[in-house]
Amino acid sequence: MTAIRPYGDATDDGLVQMSFTLPITEGERARQSALQLARSMGFDRPQVVHMKAMGPDFTFFVVYGATTHTVDPDDVVIAERDFPELRSSEVNRLIRENLKRRLVVVGACTGTDAHTVGLDAILSMKGFAGDKGLEYFAEMQVVNMGSQVEPSEIVETVRSEKADAVLISQVVTQRDAHIHHLSEVRAALEAAGQRDGLVLVGGGPRFSPEQAAELGYDRIFGRGTKPSEVASYLAWKIAGRMVATGA
Amino acid sequence: MTDFKRPLGRLRIDTEAVDECRALAAEIAAPIERLATSHTTVSIERASLRLVGVDGVEGEGTEAAPIPNRVVDEVRAAVGLERGVLIPFFHTVETGCGDIGAEARRIASGDRRPEWPEGFDLDIALERANRESAAAIDRIAAAVDSRDAAISKVGDAPKPWFYEIVATGDIHEDIPQAQAAAREGCDVVAVIRSTGQSLLDYVPYGATTEGFAGTYATQENFRLMRAALDEVSSELGRYVRMTNYASGLCMPEIAAMAAVERLDMMLNDCMYGIIFRDINMQRTFVDQHFSRMIHALAGIIINTGEDNYLTTADAVESAHTVLASQFLNERLALAAGLPEEQMGLGHAFEIDPDVPDQIALELAHAQLIRECFPNAPLKYMPPTKHMTGNVFQGFLYDGMFNLVGALTGQDIILLGMMTEGVHTPFLSDRDLALENARYVFRGASTLAGEIRFEPGGDVERRAAQVLEETRLMLRKVAEIGMFAAIEAGMFADTVRTRDGGKGLDGVIARADGYVNPITDLLAERVGVER
Repeated sequence: MTAIRPYGDATDDGLVQMSFTLPITEGERARQSALQLARSMGFDRPQVVHMKAMGPDFTFFVVYGATTHTVDPDDVVIAERDFPELRSSEVNRLIRENLKRRLVVVGACTGTDAHTVGLDAILSMKGFAGDKGLEYFAEMQVVNMGSQVEPSEIVETVRSEKADAVLISQVVTQRDAHIHHLSEVRAALEAAGQRDGLVLVGGGPRFSPEQAAELGYDRIFGRGTKPSEVASYLAWKIAGRMVATGA
Repeated sequence: MTDFKRPLGRLRIDTEAVDECRALAAEIAAPIERLATSHTTVSIERASLRLVGVDGVEGEGTEAAPIPNRVVDEVRAAVGLERGVLIPFFHTVETGCGDIGAEARRIASGDRRPEWPEGFDLDIALERANRESAAAIDRIAAAVDSRDAAISKVGDAPKPWFYEIVATGDIHEDIPQAQAAAREGCDVVAVIRSTGQSLLDYVPYGATTEGFAGTYATQENFRLMRAALDEVSSELGRYVRMTNYASGLCMPEIAAMAAVERLDMMLNDCMYGIIFRDINMQRTFVDQHFSRMIHALAGIIINTGEDNYLTTADAVESAHTVLASQFLNERLALAAGLPEEQMGLGHAFEIDPDVPDQIALELAHAQLIRECFPNAPLKYMPPTKHMTGNVFQGFLYDGMFNLVGALTGQDIILLGMMTEGVHTPFLSDRDLALENARYVFRGASTLAGEIRFEPGGDVERRAAQVLEETRLMLRKVAEIGMFAAIEAGMFADTVRTRDGGKGLDGVIARADGYVNPITDLLAERVGVER
């Protein structure tokens, strides 16, 4: 491939449409500021086609400009996410067709942390930021154990519910308590002989995904994770894996 | 815009079916009303304490425990809550220094152990409880006068009211955003709560600057925002209303705080917490009754949450669940003394835009609800479920929502954001949403009065079908009872058990000697059974 530019109404015209707000009173100075900003962003011959005061302190602009930049698609590095992001209908279908029963998820906050905000954002029907929680998925059976759950209770629930996956959440933590608590759960599951075949997931704002190996977890989700990402991961990992191995 | 009129009699509906739905709702609600008047909860007792002047926290930072929680916990441990918190509390006050705040702190710190008084001591505690409660009830009722005075000073906003949400997490950031929205034409500002606040069994304290996808509902945050909106109301010559959420485990306390800080509307649904937050159903029903009596007395318009049924299920298949829930919300509101004029029954424009004749179906649903509840200030919610990153298409979709809202005379219009499903709204998204709504509502305001639906046509037949499905659903619920219906997953396909979910340990059966002049006076003032 060769370098390409945006296509407005002719090859290589580079035209881009954008809108933004500046914290400035509407007027000629505002218009010139928007144009100057567009030029600094790499746009040639920018035009403010719409300018509107939004109250006394802000101005909204619609701006067109020709970008001076190009891109060669062959040079683009694609960050590979190792699981596909699925729509809720795809998650349900994958589970229905491959697992042929509902996928059982057990979630808990363990240790001293009494904050279930993270766990509930992922599990409860309401979800988080407009994204429905795992309870919303017809093919998922969710057991929300709540806060301050002992590792032994988690082990027992995994056994009685025949869980496919366990989600452990840690929100408020001091020093490295969140790491300690996750490790305790893993150790309890291993001691009970339940770690194999179980997808173990940790999550919370203090974690980063790279910590999975160190903690002995299959996956760690950090700040801002949406329930649909967790649902996609679980469906892919548990029901998708069966396709891959022919199981 | 011309004067707002609710278009009625636009389609023929089976009034006998509507009457039957109301009768069924009353039958279904009766056991809930009995439950509510024979139980109390930790949050009702805490709200009662707050209303007589107990406030503040013990400790600092995230570890701080609200004094109302500490007092209720101490009373519960010492003498139980079956007879209410107020008598042991006022006994402590009367046998101590007499000051409510000081004695509350002493109980919280463990200095004083609450006791149930006997004989003359009981009379003294009761006398003080009655006196303080009467003053508290007067303060709640004063919200109506204070609101009327503010409205007559600056002028009221014409209907429909455009409703927008701010949610930065920081009250000091919310304020300029709310004021900017008001200046652009927004009539109702809602400060969305931090994710998870509904599951906290206490109300955070003071002005807050950090939240998860929203701002904590605290009394100080309420006060700050109300003051800011009063300021901008004077500037604009139009009263800007304020909304928050009386839901979750602290529904009664938040209702009490909203009343004294003169909020104008509160989200308050009879089943939302049960279905969507897994809060115990008994806790929800008992808390809800108390909170609705407060709303009734404070002149607060409740907003019910039926839109949620359509965001989780198919909006065509489940249209009747909205209407069924509205009849139940109406009945439970009446039972708590709320007049129809304060019932902001909710519904939503959520049919998949790929469904043929989507607009006709939405018109049928919206007009049916308008006809069923002619005196209710209906709250209409914009599309969210089928909004995508295509903000251009989304803008048009929101315009169609506005059109259906205009043609069916919806009172409270939650403005759709074209960036719904992308991110929390930009300042400009709100402004564009207002521009969209103003254009459509101005352009279609007299058209609403001209429209009649074809007798026996698609719209009328669809409305009849939804009404009939509603009647069948309510019959089924009446047959097995509300608790069993929720246990059977009849609402939003979600199964919740009577003793499951969060907060059941905070529900207490009232003993024969239960004393709470707050609930007694509330019931008396709003004209319902105690």
